[in-house]
Amino acid sequence: MMSVAAARALSGGQKVFVGIGLPSTAANLARRTHADDLVLIYESGTLGSKPTRLPASIGDGILADTADAVISVPEVFNYWLQPGRIDVGFLGAAQLDKFGNINTTVIGTDYADPKVRLPGAGGAPEIAASCHEVYVVVRQSKRSFVDQVDFITSFGHGRGKGEREKLGLPGAGPTLVITDLGVMRPDPETAELVLTQIHEGVTVEQVREATGWDLKVAPELGTTPAPTEAELAALRALKAAR
Amino acid sequence: MAEITSLRDAVAQLVHDGDTVALEGFTHLIPHAAGQEIIRQRRTDLTLVRMTPDIVYDQLIGAGCAKKLIFSWGGNPGVGSLHRFRDAVQNSWPVPLEIEEHSHAGMANRYVAGASGLPFAVLRGYRGTDLPKHTDTIKTITCPFTGEELAAVPAINPDVSIIHAQRADRAGNVQMWGLVGVQKEAVLAAKRSLVTVEEVVDELTPVPGQVILPTWAVTTVAEVPNGAHPSYAAGYSERDNEYYAYWDSIGRERDSFQQWLEEKVFTTEVAQ
Repeated sequence: MMSVAAARALSGGQKVFVGIGLPSTAANLARRTHADDLVLIYESGTLGSKPTRLPASIGDGILADTADAVISVPEVFNYWLQPGRIDVGFLGAAQLDKFGNINTTVIGTDYADPKVRLPGAGGAPEIAASCHEVYVVVRQSKRSFVDQVDFITSFGHGRGKGEREKLGLPGAGPTLVITDLGVMRPDPETAELVLTQIHEGVTVEQVREATGWDLKVAPELGTTPAPTEAELAALRALKAAR
Repeated sequence: MAEITSLRDAVAQLVHDGDTVALEGFTHLIPHAAGQEIIRQRRTDLTLVRMTPDIVYDQLIGAGCAKKLIFSWGGNPGVGSLHRFRDAVQNSWPVPLEIEEHSHAGMANRYVAGASGLPFAVLRGYRGTDLPKHTDTIKTITCPFTGEELAAVPAINPDVSIIHAQRADRAGNVQMWGLVGVQKEAVLAAKRSLVTVEEVVDELTPVPGQVILPTWAVTTVAEVPNGAHPSYAAGYSERDNEYYAYWDSIGRERDSFQQWLEEKVFTTEVAQ
């Protein structure tokens, strides 16, 4: 459901900076359903990859073999990401807060002596800064959806509306958060994430239970339609292909 | 002119205790065999540099070769954590590991500055993140033309950079293609360099999209077939995805890791 909802958020012709895992699954599913002209960009240096199966990593050979262009890593970040050539950055998160800030660095507030050491920033800080919009795809739980992240690896909306503009960040930041339970969007006035949609079969109470802050719910709450047969078939084919 | 020698001699000559060493490779062409030879020769106090420290850095850290790691993303791609890296950061085992942490854009630009012979690079990065609070090598600079505040990061100039490539000729010219990552920049930024290659050939056949490092830009070339395993070399080998999953079971515990070191590194002689 989460992959399908995330795939539906993408539309044809968009240039998408794709991370491995859920974002990659969703972007490839979108390419195979309603958006076959989606341009997939991976930080390993591939522009316009059209993989025939799900890549096992961002540097899977199939991404280079099927790309429009293969470039160096400095080029990806300096020529393509930084000047704002990419529409959507697709990110995951270990910890996400109510203003869409992302932590993939450490759990615990003491950086030098963390409770858990995570992989770190990778390409995410600049993806979150420079893509026109950021979609976050992440499984939801009370532990990962917190009031305030322990470490800001990638800036979302800080502590509220207007902070991105003050910092001079070019992109709009996280405009969409898709989880296994529903969809959240930032409130236009406050930038706080608000539940705008629940997936079919999920209750608002369930979503609140899995959120570490007092989650606000949009007055007109939508429901994500169940995956269609065509979407499920495309997803199964993608996962089965080797 | 690059010297063509064995991996053992190359590491003995080029890598010294206390050096700053970069083994680069972005998923593709990761110089695993060279990393294991550094462990075998029991180097210590190394400052290891790499955008994406993965299995081979987990091995070097677990073996106690490193005192510091400069990086931007440390994990076992598609699998999970690097347990030896975590154990060193969280429990100082087997030795304490200092870290200097950047983003990919920051690291890539540090290599570009190093390769360009400049003292630093600028980028529109890190804004609003907590990284500058903990990393002394991220500063702010004002553009003299527009007044925009930008991030400045210092050049990386490793004592030695090590990469893996597809082919070299007998003169030491190196040919590399596919995902080229940041390897060219790492070699050009370094004081000394080692390129391990799948094969040394009499004559290099031109390949579309190839990257050539001319012999005079490289210190040493060593022929190490399959030297990137479990990563891959386009045109020669596939990525061994099962090995990445298998590593999780080896690296997870100190005992299984020590046993692996004994069996697979210390008692295995590298081909001469």
